[in-house]
Amino acid sequence: MYRIVSAIFLAENIKKFEIEAPMIAKKRKAGQFVIIRIDQNGERIPLTIADSDPEKGTITIIAQGVGKSTRELNCKEAGDSIADVVGPLGTPSHIENFGTAISIGGGVGTAIAYPTAAALKEAGNYVITINGARSKDLVILEDEMKAVSDEAYITTDDGSYGFHGFVTQKLQELIDSGKKIDFVLAIGPIPMMKAVADVTRPYGIKTVVSLNPIMIDGTGMCGGCRVTVGGEIKFGCIDGPEFDAHQVDFKNLADRNRIYQHEEKEANDTFAHECNLTRQA
Amino acid sequence: MAIPRQKMPAQDPVERVGNFKEVNLGLTPEQAQQEALRCIQCKDPVCIAGCPVNIKIDQFIKLIAEGDFMGAVRKIKEDNVLPSICGRVCPQEDQCEKVCVIGKKHEPVAIGNLERFVGDYERTSGQKIDPKIAPPTGKKVAVVGSGPAGLSCANDLAQYGHKVVVFEALHELGGVLMYGIPEFRLPKEIVREELDGLRRMGIEFRTDVVVGRTITIDELMEEEGFDAVFIGVGAGLPWFMGIPGENLVGVLAANEFLTRVNLMKAYDFLKSSDTPVFDCKGKNVAVFGGGNTAMDAVRTAKRLGAEHAYIVYRRSEKEMPAREEEIHNAKEEGIEFLLLTTPLEFVGDEKAWLTGAKCQKMELGEPDDSGRRRPVPVEGSEYILPIDMAIISIGNGPNPLIHQTTPDIEVSKRETIVVDVNTMQTSKENVYAGGDIVTGGATVILAMGAGRKAAAAINEKLGGTAKNFNEW
Repeated sequence: MYRIVSAIFLAENIKKFEIEAPMIAKKRKAGQFVIIRIDQNGERIPLTIADSDPEKGTITIIAQGVGKSTRELNCKEAGDSIADVVGPLGTPSHIENFGTAISIGGGVGTAIAYPTAAALKEAGNYVITINGARSKDLVILEDEMKAVSDEAYITTDDGSYGFHGFVTQKLQELIDSGKKIDFVLAIGPIPMMKAVADVTRPYGIKTVVSLNPIMIDGTGMCGGCRVTVGGEIKFGCIDGPEFDAHQVDFKNLADRNRIYQHEEKEANDTFAHECNLTRQA
Repeated sequence: MAIPRQKMPAQDPVERVGNFKEVNLGLTPEQAQQEALRCIQCKDPVCIAGCPVNIKIDQFIKLIAEGDFMGAVRKIKEDNVLPSICGRVCPQEDQCEKVCVIGKKHEPVAIGNLERFVGDYERTSGQKIDPKIAPPTGKKVAVVGSGPAGLSCANDLAQYGHKVVVFEALHELGGVLMYGIPEFRLPKEIVREELDGLRRMGIEFRTDVVVGRTITIDELMEEEGFDAVFIGVGAGLPWFMGIPGENLVGVLAANEFLTRVNLMKAYDFLKSSDTPVFDCKGKNVAVFGGGNTAMDAVRTAKRLGAEHAYIVYRRSEKEMPAREEEIHNAKEEGIEFLLLTTPLEFVGDEKAWLTGAKCQKMELGEPDDSGRRRPVPVEGSEYILPIDMAIISIGNGPNPLIHQTTPDIEVSKRETIVVDVNTMQTSKENVYAGGDIVTGGATVILAMGAGRKAAAAINEKLGGTAKNFNEW
């Protein structure tokens, strides 16, 4: 069992957990993730390690409640435990001093981009961060991002805060300003990552995305997370999760992620029903 | 031979395709004693050499014949602490029973069924028989992977008196016994019970540790103070066919399908499990391959409600690597065999969901390197097999994680770990390996044999006494 040390909501439905996992805390590098299983009946879900404190022996994960397991997780409080936390998994982000690096996070993707943005800063890059949210109340990690950025931008779809528009519009603006950009990291929903890849492709800017295929074991033994990159099959959990954005078959990823749509809805509905029953009791 | 081989009772085929309960029900004590009497107690029991862990087969069978079932348990446990598991999943027809002298003229003695009987007898008797343990040596050995190779290695090492810690990447122990072999062939409760026996021997198990990621082999030895390491991580990396359409929605590896159903209990989705599995109800499912994993997958799909569950295999039934018993069970359950058939590509709809497999008929030509007749395509025989799910079961390769993070362990071109065949030692000092990570995909019992061999070599290297276990 893995004890939750702290649990706080960053925005509606988005919760940050500090979990006791000393071995993982000691070992993890930017870009890596854990697989967690909430309880005996739980499924295994992948979540990026947003931060760690090797001294305290804790790792930080940030989860958005989108379905049964993440919503169940977001009901957990400090002092509660999680049955399994496995990691660190995946190949760490490739970090070097590229020059000027832009980190783009969409929604909860900001939490995933954060550790890599921090590592890019640490490696001596001039770091620009662009964090997109639907609206002001969904903006997360603003201060943390500022702390690791030379320039930090917030974009909101509805214009309620920061730049009015999508992250890609801000990115295009930066490119158009004539700034020399050497590296782009984009993490968020599939359509956003695809859109960023489309923006940078004509300029030949090296662009990396962190993919989110369905995973079970996370150790390379089932191939459930396979993605097509440069026409080849790759395993997201072993070869990734980060890949060259200009080589990724985003459509295939989006198609494959829909396989359990129906079952996910059923599980979510059942959970909502159970939740209501508990509330009434 | 007056006594016929005793037939094990089994669940009715029509009934069993509707559940995940065990198919074979086990011999009754009377049947076991009858069967034991068929053993002629050869002076030179060749069956023992046929067993990769060299169980004293003649002796345990004699004890059954005498009605001393607990004595038989004790005898088996000198060499194998997992009799309920091995009695169920070993391919005895290629091992001990293959060389049984009775088998030359009649059917061989049902050694596997008797081993299973003995293991089950202990589990249900309420008494526990644990092997004797040598005095502590003060040495520490790390075993990486809790599958059959790791478990048998850990068991012997503990008996030699070493402190053993087993590291497992998944949340449950047992490796392929847990995620691969279905409940209807090997109930998971039995695996858990037999593993409890290893815990009683003082072996420590640590789940959720991915060696190569959470901790490396060098760190195990340098920082955690292990004197030696045994690598038994198996060959769990699924192979795909590399044909067009393999990434359509509904095409998956047998490993994924079986892990969802066995380890994650997806057959009980929305009840005791949050893990979904592709909805097979009323659908057409094809499994590509002819090994035991293919049989497990196709029978699982049938139990999940598939209307048609096909085995698609490019050679004929004779060449199938699956156990005859499993092929027979599959046929009884209504599995349809499409033999001498190979897929050329998968086809799908506009939403990228699988709708069929373009297949080609084959005929057998000249024998190839493996001695099996090579399948040759029949020109113009292509047709579309309408299917909703395709399960790829053409084998597994070694997982590259250990090799990537411990580069001084030599691997072959196939990425299997290279070992000295006598000691199972790798190119790295004090690091040993055995099972599928060395051989590529093989059987549970061969992995266990390798684990025992490595344990003996590790013990010698650590200066332990090589006494016979039962003398302690």
